[in-house]
Amino acid sequence: MCDQTFVAITFGPCDSCSENRPLMNLYIKTEPINYCSLCMEIMACQDLAGGETLNSLKAETESLRKRLEEERKKLHDVELEKVAEKAEALSALNLKTRRTLKGHANKVLCMDWCKDKRRMVSSSQVPAHPVFNSSQEHAVSMPTTWVMACAYAPSGCAIACGGLDNKCSVYPLSLDQNENLAAKKKSVALHTNYLSGCTFTNSDMQILTCSGDGTSALWDVESGQLLQSFHGHSADVLTLDLAPSETGNTFVSGGSDKKANIWDLRSGQNIQSFDTHESDVNCVKYYPSGDAFASASDDATCRLFDLRADREVSIYSKDSIIFGATSVDFSLSGRLLFAGYNDYTINVWDVLKGTRVAVLFGHENRVSSLKFSPDGTAFCSASWDNTLRIWA
Amino acid sequence: MTIRTLRDHGQHYRPRMACLKKVEAFVVEMQDPKSGVKASDQKLNITSIPHVITGQDILAWIVTKMKVTTEEAQAFGTMLVAYGYIYPLQNHRKLVLVADSTLYRFQTPYFWPVQKWPAEDIDYAIYLAKRNIRKKGMLEPYEQEHYNNLHKWMNYKWDFIVMQATEQYKASKERKKPDRVVLDCQERAYWIVHRPPRRTHSGMDYGLDRLIDPNAEEVLTYDMVRRTNIFLTQALMRSAVKSSVSLTAFVKYVTTHHTHDPLLTNPVPSNPWITDNDEFWQLNMRNVDIPTKLSVERWALSFWELISDQRGRADFKLFLKKEHSGENMAFYEAAEEMRWGAATAIPEKSQFIFNTFLKPGAPRWINIDGRTMGLTVKGLDCPHRYVLDAAQTHIFLLMKKDTFYRYLKSPVYKDMQKKALVPAPHNFTDAQLEANAKNRNPGISPIVLWQQQEAEKAAAAVAARPIDVKAMVATNKLDRK
Repeated sequence: MCDQTFVAITFGPCDSCSENRPLMNLYIKTEPINYCSLCMEIMACQDLAGGETLNSLKAETESLRKRLEEERKKLHDVELEKVAEKAEALSALNLKTRRTLKGHANKVLCMDWCKDKRRMVSSSQVPAHPVFNSSQEHAVSMPTTWVMACAYAPSGCAIACGGLDNKCSVYPLSLDQNENLAAKKKSVALHTNYLSGCTFTNSDMQILTCSGDGTSALWDVESGQLLQSFHGHSADVLTLDLAPSETGNTFVSGGSDKKANIWDLRSGQNIQSFDTHESDVNCVKYYPSGDAFASASDDATCRLFDLRADREVSIYSKDSIIFGATSVDFSLSGRLLFAGYNDYTINVWDVLKGTRVAVLFGHENRVSSLKFSPDGTAFCSASWDNTLRIWA
Repeated sequence: MTIRTLRDHGQHYRPRMACLKKVEAFVVEMQDPKSGVKASDQKLNITSIPHVITGQDILAWIVTKMKVTTEEAQAFGTMLVAYGYIYPLQNHRKLVLVADSTLYRFQTPYFWPVQKWPAEDIDYAIYLAKRNIRKKGMLEPYEQEHYNNLHKWMNYKWDFIVMQATEQYKASKERKKPDRVVLDCQERAYWIVHRPPRRTHSGMDYGLDRLIDPNAEEVLTYDMVRRTNIFLTQALMRSAVKSSVSLTAFVKYVTTHHTHDPLLTNPVPSNPWITDNDEFWQLNMRNVDIPTKLSVERWALSFWELISDQRGRADFKLFLKKEHSGENMAFYEAAEEMRWGAATAIPEKSQFIFNTFLKPGAPRWINIDGRTMGLTVKGLDCPHRYVLDAAQTHIFLLMKKDTFYRYLKSPVYKDMQKKALVPAPHNFTDAQLEANAKNRNPGISPIVLWQQQEAEKAAAAVAARPIDVKAMVATNKLDRK
């Protein structure tokens, strides 16, 4: 119990520049080194040493990849279907639309639940931004179209949203329904291209954003300061999700480069990367236990990736599903995976057995966003047909 | 040339449309004269149109071919119409598949959506100009709007556009009437898909363009390759777990949480979204006196579940108070607050934490091993938000591996288990459900709850401050006078 200082050094003097900075744990050959992100970049951008060519580096990449595959193969001793045979079969689900929320005049692009399990915020293509509850409580107008990302603060006292304006702005909410929320707006994040996703971390004070410019970033709300940036995607980053686990130090992001990457919040290091998708990764979501995540992609599949074994464990697809999946979420126990697709339907998958449990119809245009309420009693789907539906 | 309009934010690349290839293969099969959908000639507004198919035939064919249910086939058929592979002859603006005798036709492959070439604005301008000539200035309102916009933005090319439009118009006049009608229909259908009017849900309406071209081949420079190598070396050195171990963990997680998932096990008393009665939420609130049995069981699943639930955390703190080891939880909470809090508050918080928990002789001194203590105190010289990580992990693991199990065996927990409520499931009649629906209320605003919580925290902080004996005596002296 006292032997707890296995914790890797995440902050301290960098081995190369000796300044106190957040550290990445890297290896040269097999020797561990702790470099800050700047020194890592310098190391990568060094001029080609004598005898090194682009081809020799590429050959090294190939050999490293081969070795990694061999290592992972040794640990791959069983498939998910085999292990899932022990799990009991599911009884039929009886899911219906319980509420249809019509308040948007245009495509609904994104939504998020409040921790009180009843309220939600949703954003749309034109400047009107309702905070819903069964009845609309507030509407904020934004000076930009295509508000693609919105998030509710954990305390329930603020919302964050952003889109084509390249910014993420935080609006503190108030009990007064008639108050003009746009007046108290606070610009927090600033990217060089559109904002595709944002989420608060465990408090109201920090926001994690991802953008079309290929980076994700962690910001301090009060000062608007950039706390950490995450580089590694080679195309637009479309989605992100924060880890629910007790250490809560990582997040996953998915991008247009077909990859899903796991990042360490503290040092900005890319810890793991998964690139088995065949098209853009539109949405990523962590498994409730934090040891896996699911991704939805334009190649019409959803996949489950195991973080501890470092591999893809399951593909949720069918020949009759051809159109891309836009959003994905787990039910509370992690047994069911709900995915919204571009063909206006929602498919429900059994995570363990890999089969489809149900199909839900009702939307008249693509399902853009799908999220479960914090206590798992219902989930909400937002669609380009200007409505949101709550299913239970 | 694509117009760079006011919406230009630097994004010019179309996203990958991975579905197009698969759909095309499918549509080709549909058109097969022997095994495809049965087509016939139909009379429409005097002219006879060849190769017309009805909605129900399409649906039946999809059901047999893809072996899916009618509803799924309906959804797929609607997508075929939405992407422009099939177009309706009558309600040409509504791009859905109606499963009755509504008439459709296959779109000619020339007008199929293609990944590489978007529908250019200049082509649309030519089309609208041609239509303008044909309809003698009577365009639909949305078309008129587009026309005016394009006229403004492409003014310098307008002569060329009008010339092209007149040429095409003349050429079409020389065709036979049935051919002309068909071609007009096809072209109109193409443009409805690629420049949809309001309220038309088109499949080609994909949203925003991307900044970086997803279809281009990535050019690898040597620094990118180096970074990949650094990443791969790090990945090799990191240890991974056997599949059997991690997959079994998933199954275990699912099984233990099965009873807590409202979609798999009906929540008691009832799911508020189904019956419109929010007793379920009321019973699980933070400050409820007696929690439900399900909640209490959930606390036993893992330490993290216990402290994630606010009611559970309160109960755990009560237990710690009885054991006089409340400082561990308090330190954990303070460290969490610092980690997730505002950057400006860090120096102040770190000072407070040092004075309260870490300093030798501190009022709530936490018991961690010498090495961690040394590291932490040294780090506090230039405090940053992760300076307490090592100590926090140590305390968390201590609570998780030791205190948690003692809590589960303690009278506090056992008592709670006995007292816990098992609410009876609701059984509403239809009339009652209707009444419930009318009485929906939004509940307490989270802002109010937050303010209450903050007030409680402030009060607790004041109460927890070490008592300054001298000050107390001083005030007593004053009182005596």
